[in-house]
Amino acid sequence: MAPTLLQIEDLHTQFFTSRGVVHAVDGVNLHIDAGEVLGVVGESGCGKTITALSVLRLVPDPGKIVSGRILFRGKDVTKMDDQEIREFRGNDVAMIFQDPMTSLNPVTRIGPQIEEAMTAHNRFTQQQARTRVIDLLKRVRVPAAESRVKDYPHQFSGGMRQRAMIAMGLANEPALLIADEPTTALDVTVQAQIIQLMKQLNRELGTAMMLITHNMALVASLCTRIVVMYAGRIVEEGPVDQIFKSPQHPYTWSLLRSVPRVDEARKDRLVSIRGLPPDLSNPPPGCKFHPRCPFVIDHCKEEEPPLGEVGPNQLARCWVLMRTVSDEAIDNARAASLASSEAAKKLKQAVPDAGR
Amino acid sequence: MALAQPAIDQPIDWEVPEKQLGLWSDAWQRFRRNRLALVGAVIVVVLVLIAVLSPLLVHFGVIQDPYHQDVANIEATPGMAGHPLGSDELGRDTLARLMYGSQISLTVGLLVQVIIFPIGLAIGLAAGYAGGRIDNLLMRFTDIWYAFPDLLFVLVVVSVWHPSGSPFFQLLPIFGAIALVNWVGLARLIRGQVLSIKEKEFIEAARSSGSAPIKLVLKHLLPNSLGPIIVTLTFGIPQAIFLEAVLSFLGVGIQPPTPTWGQMVFDGYEAVYANPSSAVFPALAIGCTLLAFSFIGDGLRDALDPRMRR
Amino acid sequence: MAVIEGRPRRGALLRWLAAFSGTRGGALGIFVGRRILWMIPIVFFVIVITFFLMHQAAGSPWDKAGGRQLSQSVIDNLNAKYGLDKPEWQQFLIYVWNVVHFDFGLSYQYEGKSVTSLLGEGWRYTATLGGLAFLLIVPVGVGLGVLAALRQNTRIDYATMGFATIAASFPNFVVGVLMVVVLSVTMYKLTGGSFFLPSSDFGIDDHLIMPVITLALLPIAYTARLTRASTLDTIRQDYVRTAWAKGLTERLVVIKHILKNSLIPVVTTLGPTFAFLVTGSVIVETVFNIPGIGRSFVVAVESRDYPMILGTTVLFSVVIAVANLIVDVAYVFIDPRVRLT
Repeated sequence: MAPTLLQIEDLHTQFFTSRGVVHAVDGVNLHIDAGEVLGVVGESGCGKTITALSVLRLVPDPGKIVSGRILFRGKDVTKMDDQEIREFRGNDVAMIFQDPMTSLNPVTRIGPQIEEAMTAHNRFTQQQARTRVIDLLKRVRVPAAESRVKDYPHQFSGGMRQRAMIAMGLANEPALLIADEPTTALDVTVQAQIIQLMKQLNRELGTAMMLITHNMALVASLCTRIVVMYAGRIVEEGPVDQIFKSPQHPYTWSLLRSVPRVDEARKDRLVSIRGLPPDLSNPPPGCKFHPRCPFVIDHCKEEEPPLGEVGPNQLARCWVLMRTVSDEAIDNARAASLASSEAAKKLKQAVPDAGR
Repeated sequence: MALAQPAIDQPIDWEVPEKQLGLWSDAWQRFRRNRLALVGAVIVVVLVLIAVLSPLLVHFGVIQDPYHQDVANIEATPGMAGHPLGSDELGRDTLARLMYGSQISLTVGLLVQVIIFPIGLAIGLAAGYAGGRIDNLLMRFTDIWYAFPDLLFVLVVVSVWHPSGSPFFQLLPIFGAIALVNWVGLARLIRGQVLSIKEKEFIEAARSSGSAPIKLVLKHLLPNSLGPIIVTLTFGIPQAIFLEAVLSFLGVGIQPPTPTWGQMVFDGYEAVYANPSSAVFPALAIGCTLLAFSFIGDGLRDALDPRMRR
Repeated sequence: MAVIEGRPRRGALLRWLAAFSGTRGGALGIFVGRRILWMIPIVFFVIVITFFLMHQAAGSPWDKAGGRQLSQSVIDNLNAKYGLDKPEWQQFLIYVWNVVHFDFGLSYQYEGKSVTSLLGEGWRYTATLGGLAFLLIVPVGVGLGVLAALRQNTRIDYATMGFATIAASFPNFVVGVLMVVVLSVTMYKLTGGSFFLPSSDFGIDDHLIMPVITLALLPIAYTARLTRASTLDTIRQDYVRTAWAKGLTERLVVIKHILKNSLIPVVTTLGPTFAFLVTGSVIVETVFNIPGIGRSFVVAVESRDYPMILGTTVLFSVVIAVANLIVDVAYVFIDPRVRLT
């Protein structure tokens, strides 16, 4: 059994805005073992990014970690002092971000930016750092690394920038690399390359990874376990194969249904999830997903379900699990969603610039 | 917003969207919440009232005649002999002169904008709409114009044209000079607006169907740019007042006996050791007026800028 | 240049130029060269306008209001001496020719003294004043702005920005006069001494404190406000978050990531700041009685000394244009994203 690197216990991170308190992370428990790749999946605004930022204590104002523990190798990150947290960041745990163009300092060359990550932790001398940067860039498959080191970020292509960010993240050989939507800002072909690269690095270096994404397809190729988040809570978790084969929470099921599959007949249209994500400063009562759930029952509106075991190592937060839903109900749900997406399409054709 | 049944058969009329009206009342709300801007607005209103009413006040004996030389009370300190703010070296009442001086300052500040507006509009429109070489030429022209230090230009102009006679005639070259120095900002702004409107698809459509889209451009120009135009002109007011005050201070603005604040500062400065307050009051008047207009300008800018959110 | 059989090939020069401009050093050289060339029409324009305006003035420069009226023969001699009897366009061309040779003609006020020498006399005062003001503006303005940004919404922020707003609205001469009132007059009444008084003998001493502060106050206010806005904007950028995520110290993040980016827009305003110092010197020197070029300009305007007016205007415009050029070139150096072609 691989040792547990990261253990998040009942984390609550809230934003204190003028319009009220937003419960961005509302009681999250998760763990990551050494060497594994955990996928954290959900729509925009479900709290996955804030969870990751909480691990590094980088939650921006007006946000605050209100309660809970974040244990890295047993030590509580929320209780670290300034010195300790600085040593922790970029060293034990590193994070890479969504848009590499805006996430890199535009007026500094790539080489010094990566060197900086190394020299800041006194693990390498300036000289060592300089040579190591080239090695790192080679390892992430950046061509002509020796000359590229002197370039500025705007001289790199999107994919190369992300590779450089990955190199920067791995510079100090962290035990855990958190990747927040690393491919969202990239072209589809480049996306595949980056995911490939991350897979290789996980194998070669044994670095554990937390991949945050809303794209289920990426999760399938890279992760061993996944966690599905909705409205600041975990609604399902389990091994990748199991979740993909038999998702138990309707939200997970809907997410998977909205990904086109090669083996499905073309006439089966994509099912979209009706409605909008909830207002986190004023969430609905009971189960937070109930207004959008195609299989909702009365009990869902009254009481929020706890995270219960629904299979070997699989947990789901639902009163009505997918295995209890009849095929007929599933077909009805599909038809209803089809109808609403057709109507939306007709409307869009009539007023083409309605969105502008 | 409730979506009515789309009437697909009717042609789409690119009218100015109704929500523009909402923008104005929304802006007014935001302006009202800005306390500094309100203070500025109040000060300006008071100033305008003073400028307009001061002849009346003199007529009814509420304040002294600013031209009357009370020879017995030269360089009076504030409060002496019926001079609430003192008197100057010829015995003229400071308070009265301050109030009359506001007329000049406000007139210059506001009227200069009236001159700048058509110049900036014309050149900005021409450059933005015509594009190409004309645009290039005009932009080069504004660049060159920009290089001329504003104060120096104004000083040179007034050194050449200094008509005597009524204050209005004396003001004409001053108006002209100040306007000529400050129109570039407005022209650039309008040019930018015209350019961005030109990029919109409906202009392409109009052009490809053969019609000259200038009417369409004008129709969309005003609602969209009125906000920034107002802000630019509002900030131009203190600039103009400042230049006029400097000219008066240096003695090349409006000549005595017409009181202007700049002149009063200079006169007061000459006697600064004997009667410091005679320099302080006009100095504060200038400073506070400029401050008030700046607050209003900031307030307007924040209120009208759709991107600013608290 | 490529040479074939003893003769340079056509187009070889252009190709060399193209290759030269390919390197950033080369492109920079061309950029600077183009900007310097561009200064020529600007200065020319200034001369044209000013010259034109000078000659619109009614009456001749020899009509001194309230002074003795000169006899016609004396006037004719003076006109001949100063070349005023020639047709205007000829005067203009002669003038331009002279300017290129740094000859601005003779002053009307001071018999026999050339404008150039008068400018030379006043230069050190104005330069000292402007130089000291500039040295004050950059650290104080930027420092206040950064401080306010890093301590946003605290009392320090409100205090500095409040000060900046007020300082930005009070014109030079108002500030100067108020300073004199508050400092000099009060000091005098208290101590009878001459500390803080404007003085005519010149040295870098306490007499310079007030004029320099008066001149520098408004640019400090503007710079502080701009620096604060730019820094606040930069702090929110993603790459600053990346820097924190790397575990860098606060000092490193602020200097190498925040300031390195947020100061770029501030540099672009140094040009207009410089122009402001130039025009501001006109006022400040008058208030504090400093015998610099600014004050002599005002005197020249009052006495209709046209060569002096013309010469000073040209000098100021050239100085401002050069300053702008330096700033633009500096900007290219500090922002690697700027494209020179």
